[in-house]
Amino acid sequence: MVRRALAVFTACSLLVACEREERQFRSAPPFGGPVRFEEDYQNNAHALSEGKRLYSAFNCKGCHADGGGGIGPPLMDEKWFYGSEPEQVFDTISKGRENGMPAFGGEARAPGINVVGTVPEHQRWQLVAYVRSLSGLASRNAAPGRNDHMQTKPPENEKEPETPVVAPPPPDVVLPK
Amino acid sequence: MNSRAATLAAAMALLAAAGCAGPERHSVVDPAGVQADRIHGLWWLYLAVCVAVYVLVMAAVAVALVRRRGGSDQPLTAPPLAAEVRRGIAVAGCVGLTVVTLFVLLIADFVTGRRIDSLAREGTLTVRVTGHQWWWEVRYEESDPQQQHNAFTTANEIHIPTGRAVRFELESTDVIHSFWVPNLHGKTDMIPGHRTKTDIRADRDGEFWGQCAEFCGHQHANMRLRVIAQPEAEFQKWLAEQRQPARESAPKSSQDRGKGVFMKSSCVLCHTITGTQAGGRVGPDLTHLASRPRIAAGTLENTRGNLAEWVTDPHGIKPGVRMPANPLAPEDLHVLLDYLESLK
Repeated sequence: MVRRALAVFTACSLLVACEREERQFRSAPPFGGPVRFEEDYQNNAHALSEGKRLYSAFNCKGCHADGGGGIGPPLMDEKWFYGSEPEQVFDTISKGRENGMPAFGGEARAPGINVVGTVPEHQRWQLVAYVRSLSGLASRNAAPGRNDHMQTKPPENEKEPETPVVAPPPPDVVLPK
Repeated sequence: MNSRAATLAAAMALLAAAGCAGPERHSVVDPAGVQADRIHGLWWLYLAVCVAVYVLVMAAVAVALVRRRGGSDQPLTAPPLAAEVRRGIAVAGCVGLTVVTLFVLLIADFVTGRRIDSLAREGTLTVRVTGHQWWWEVRYEESDPQQQHNAFTTANEIHIPTGRAVRFELESTDVIHSFWVPNLHGKTDMIPGHRTKTDIRADRDGEFWGQCAEFCGHQHANMRLRVIAQPEAEFQKWLAEQRQPARESAPKSSQDRGKGVFMKSSCVLCHTITGTQAGGRVGPDLTHLASRPRIAAGTLENTRGNLAEWVTDPHGIKPGVRMPANPLAPEDLHVLLDYLESLK
């Protein structure tokens, strides 16, 4: 009896392996097809960690620091000036925003916004997923763990989810001439 | 039977001959530098000693098998005292011989280590090599603060003057890599957050291949670099060329349009081209891309076709590589290639 239970248990635990995360190097999104944000980005450890790498590589850190903000607003709190939905964050990254956020999608929303090249679309989605993970909006099973270097905040996978609140954008900053 | 033995012997001889193909670009048994030469000597000593020990041990085992004792039906009796003493002396002799052999290897190892470390540094040439997943950033430093504008960066290709010791300062930005050019020296690890050093001198001209020797992820096996040892005059000429900013392209030419594509698309975010607005430090420096005979960390020859494939679908060549696929329009791709090929 015990032996049979053990066999069933082993078989069941083997089944867990069936839900293996897919890591796509030649991902479909950049070459068309609908974006499956939940599967391919928000709950995908590879996409989230790539997002984290790109967050440093493209110097998001320069303004938003490790999520606590600096020149730019913090990303780890509950406040969102331009919306927390993936499409809204994607739009912010791609076309930039007034007040200094550059456009990373090749074309700006309005004249005066700095355009910094074109980040490939799937990498922008990886950034969206990572930015959302900063306020706990990504799967905690998939979000990146502790950094190798010095810690400035608890790791993303320990972040308690915040409830997004839409906050009014700050008034336009007038730079001294 | 005889012909089969002859075939076998011929096959063995052929196999052995494969090991002695002329000068090699990636081999520990073809040293081109003084340190590799010392390591090579140590390697031969270890091989000879180990082969001798192996043969002796196997001979002893064979003798023991042949000179077996009588069958199990004979009664057990204690051997005579004289035989016991002889056996004791034999065992003590073997232990003594083992200790002496190990000491010989220990001392040879120690002496080689000290000689490798004592390479005199005549010149002041310092090259900083930074390991990235999965390529090598190579920076030629200038120690003189007045000459800082002469420092420059290249990738996956190191030129050194023959006969002059060069100091390599090794770093890593992500995981542990290991810098290894077998023809010139042993391995030195590159550790994130900790600078390691190694001195190398090439004693003959040639092209030598290096390889990352510490597993570092998907494309570890394709993380290669080339070291080109050349006469001082040629080396100085190369330095002078590399210190120049990127070549200007004529206005309205296809190269100029390609430059526009480069600055508008994703290239500009990661790559540097000196003299332009492109200043990304994430990927290899492309200022003199066309002067390098290979691309993708030594994986491909630098031809127009390979470059096109690398730009549009790098993961088809090196799955997992950091370079993203760039679905460019055909017209944009062609002018971009024109521009990249002009970066001599």
